[in-house]
Amino acid sequence: MTPLVEARGIRFRYPSGRRRGDASWTIDDVDLTLDRAATLGIVGESGSGKSTLIRILCGLIAANEGEVRFDGRGIGDWLARDRLGFRARNQIVFQNPRRSLDPRMTVATSLGEPIRALERRRPITSELAAGLERVGLSPALLDRYPHQLSGGQLQRVAIARALTVKPSVLYADEPTSALDVSVQAQVLNLLMDLRDELGLTLVLVTHNLAVVGRLAERVLVLRRGVVVDAGATVDVLARPGNAYTEALVQAAAEVSLADGGKPISAGA
Amino acid sequence: MAEIAQDVAATHAPARRIPPALVIGGVLVALVVGVALLSFFWTPQDPARLNVRSRLAPPGTPGFPLGTDRLGRDMLTQIMVGARNSLYVSIVATVFALCVGTVLGLLTAAAGPRTQSVLARAVDVGVAIPGILVALVIATALEPGNTASIIAIVIWFIPLAARVTIGPAKQVLALDFVEAALAYGRGNAFVMTRHVLPNIGSILIVQASVMFASGILAEAALSFLGIGAQPPTASWGRILKEAQPMIDVAPSLMLFPGLAILLAVLGFNLLGDGLRSYLDPRQIAVQGS
Amino acid sequence: MLSIRDLQVRIGAHEIVGIEALDIGAGRRVGLVGESGSGKSITAMSIAGLQPREAVISGSIRFDDRELVGMRESELARMRGAEIGFIPQDPTRALNPTMRVGRQIAEALRLNTELDRGAVHARTLELLEQVRLPDAASYLRRYPHQISGGQQQRVLIAMAIAAGPRLLIADEPTTALDVTVQNEILRLIVELSTAHGMGLLFVSHELGVVRSVCDEIGVIYGGRLVEFGSSRDIVTRPRHRYTSALIGAAPELPRGDALARMMGKRFSVIPGAVPPIGGFPIGCRFRNRCGAASEQCASEPPVESDAGGHRLKCWHPVAAGDAA
Repeated sequence: MTPLVEARGIRFRYPSGRRRGDASWTIDDVDLTLDRAATLGIVGESGSGKSTLIRILCGLIAANEGEVRFDGRGIGDWLARDRLGFRARNQIVFQNPRRSLDPRMTVATSLGEPIRALERRRPITSELAAGLERVGLSPALLDRYPHQLSGGQLQRVAIARALTVKPSVLYADEPTSALDVSVQAQVLNLLMDLRDELGLTLVLVTHNLAVVGRLAERVLVLRRGVVVDAGATVDVLARPGNAYTEALVQAAAEVSLADGGKPISAGA
Repeated sequence: MAEIAQDVAATHAPARRIPPALVIGGVLVALVVGVALLSFFWTPQDPARLNVRSRLAPPGTPGFPLGTDRLGRDMLTQIMVGARNSLYVSIVATVFALCVGTVLGLLTAAAGPRTQSVLARAVDVGVAIPGILVALVIATALEPGNTASIIAIVIWFIPLAARVTIGPAKQVLALDFVEAALAYGRGNAFVMTRHVLPNIGSILIVQASVMFASGILAEAALSFLGIGAQPPTASWGRILKEAQPMIDVAPSLMLFPGLAILLAVLGFNLLGDGLRSYLDPRQIAVQGS
Repeated sequence: MLSIRDLQVRIGAHEIVGIEALDIGAGRRVGLVGESGSGKSITAMSIAGLQPREAVISGSIRFDDRELVGMRESELARMRGAEIGFIPQDPTRALNPTMRVGRQIAEALRLNTELDRGAVHARTLELLEQVRLPDAASYLRRYPHQISGGQQQRVLIAMAIAAGPRLLIADEPTTALDVTVQNEILRLIVELSTAHGMGLLFVSHELGVVRSVCDEIGVIYGGRLVEFGSSRDIVTRPRHRYTSALIGAAPELPRGDALARMMGKRFSVIPGAVPPIGGFPIGCRFRNRCGAASEQCASEPPVESDAGGHRLKCWHPVAAGDAA
């Protein structure tokens, strides 16, 4: 079974326009495989390039070098010949729902956008209502504006929006980082439920190891654009093969509540 | 903290304080527009009528509240009719300049880094060139008149409109919902018109008010220099120009058109300021959280 | 050292914060944990007199024997910096982008101490070293955007401790930072607090972070202090339903074999969401999200009780020895 997404030798750097030969690669020689219905976690700190990487995978940014294949065909090919089809099958949920929904559009309008753009038709109210219900929201919210909803509700709307066109892959860029702890749990559970229900392939970018530990069977650890660790989550996190991953696991343990937690140790 | 402030704003939202500038500006603008409209139906005297026997009458003369000029034309009438002209030229020119300038600004904001540099610098150069000189050159090439004024002012103002648009447009383009729109297949044109424009709308409205003010001043300047409205079209600038030689004899002849220009320009500027204060908090809500 | 009694912060018609009692002993580290909208930040800011203009404070905040509520702004300003240091949340917003780092620290010194030019310079270098910025001298001339987030936060800490305050208030000082950097900053704060005998009020939405830094923890919900006790106690035997729910909902990385077992397990959830200002129910503010709410919770706000060593406001606390 060919993997759904395959990336080889991806390299990317932002055009700096000014100084030559100084800008380092944001993504430096990254390989990645994503199987159908699998969940991949991409872990990294700021500056790791994780957000850039998923934008390359879902075709929002073009890599400078390397190739990304989706369902057997190169992205370039997809965008040239079936751009709308590709986009419908690859959807993305962003970190901050207050920024990823146009504040001037009602929930209904925002929800219906992918259908209008990718299926070239007007959305039917009942399908929008069903979309909201599927993420645990009441259809009464259809007429509201983003500023009238809480962060958690908005993120659900964003997820619902992504699902309206029945994507094969859902990329989630730190989907719960901007939310309160109590709400994070709800949204993460929702993602897991939807993934199981719809057979979604899920790519989850996060800096939180605990989240990756529950959601993703496979994980990729990125550091400054380079993959420093990859494999089954259970292996990578329980037995880190690498100093950096070890440091991340260590850091999480230091502020953990397990066994009543402990004061942070001095000097390191 | 920002969350709390927003929450308070959202649940509280009492009638937002209307800034005094908005009220005063609104009143002045309404006054000017009202007078201009009124002039189509009624003026104290027939605008074309020359009351030669009453020439250079001082203000307060019965029948001629603001006096008459050297040809005996009633000043109040001239001012009322002149309002028409100033508003007409200013509004037409501003609307055109805004349309073209905004499009130029949006294109610049959306362009790749190198093209954007070039375009942005070109706009800066456009802003730097003294508009009045541009206007003079253009009007010299064309026949003097309102049309020449309009064309000159449009060309003068386009870089200004573009410049104002570039920054805010870039800010909106950096927001996630623009990326989201691209992710679900929307094209650049759609993003520009349906996402960026509405979100910079309030900035454009404010800019329009301020440009109307500048337009009135520009039109008056061009008419004063003799390139704008030609006789018999009344224009505040032209009234000023004709009143200039009489300054020793009848200084009030310059006073009234000058006052009219002042009030109109002040009105539009205050309106712009007031709108900016009134509309701004909502702008912050877009980016604040 | 710091004593809060019957503190009320109102914005418009709404009571945002209502804390009956909270104390910070000299040299003690107290944490305030709550989600956004809980009122924890406003409480911290109110102590320093930095609350938003619309907020009206009543009650008592005593620092040693001085009453801070109602103090004139000029006096409060003098206390800030000299006796109460404040570490703000987002370093990118708290530092002046147009001023070199060295100068910003020097300003803090100039405003709050009597040191002369030369002494200010020496102390600035000393501070930079205290916050573990290697090669301190090179930082003097850098602009904020030229240093990393973690380094910026260290500069802010340097500015906060510059005049040797006795109380440090840290408002989510590590929220914007990566976990590895965060832990170093936390270590630094603890070190400084211990070395200089500074009391600490640490505000955060992350219980794990607060636990690792503080001796005592207060849990805030809806502006109310619902539970307060030693860190160990709060985390191992939470009695308030919200506290225990919070602990349950926080994602934890399991160790070793537990990791495999937890894969795919759903997180435990606190139903509902924090209501917006003015949206809290009467009686116990948490009752709409609580599994054990009763009639009593709807009619009477819970009164403080002593639950074996820690303070609690709940009509139906988790029974001692119960799993949450």
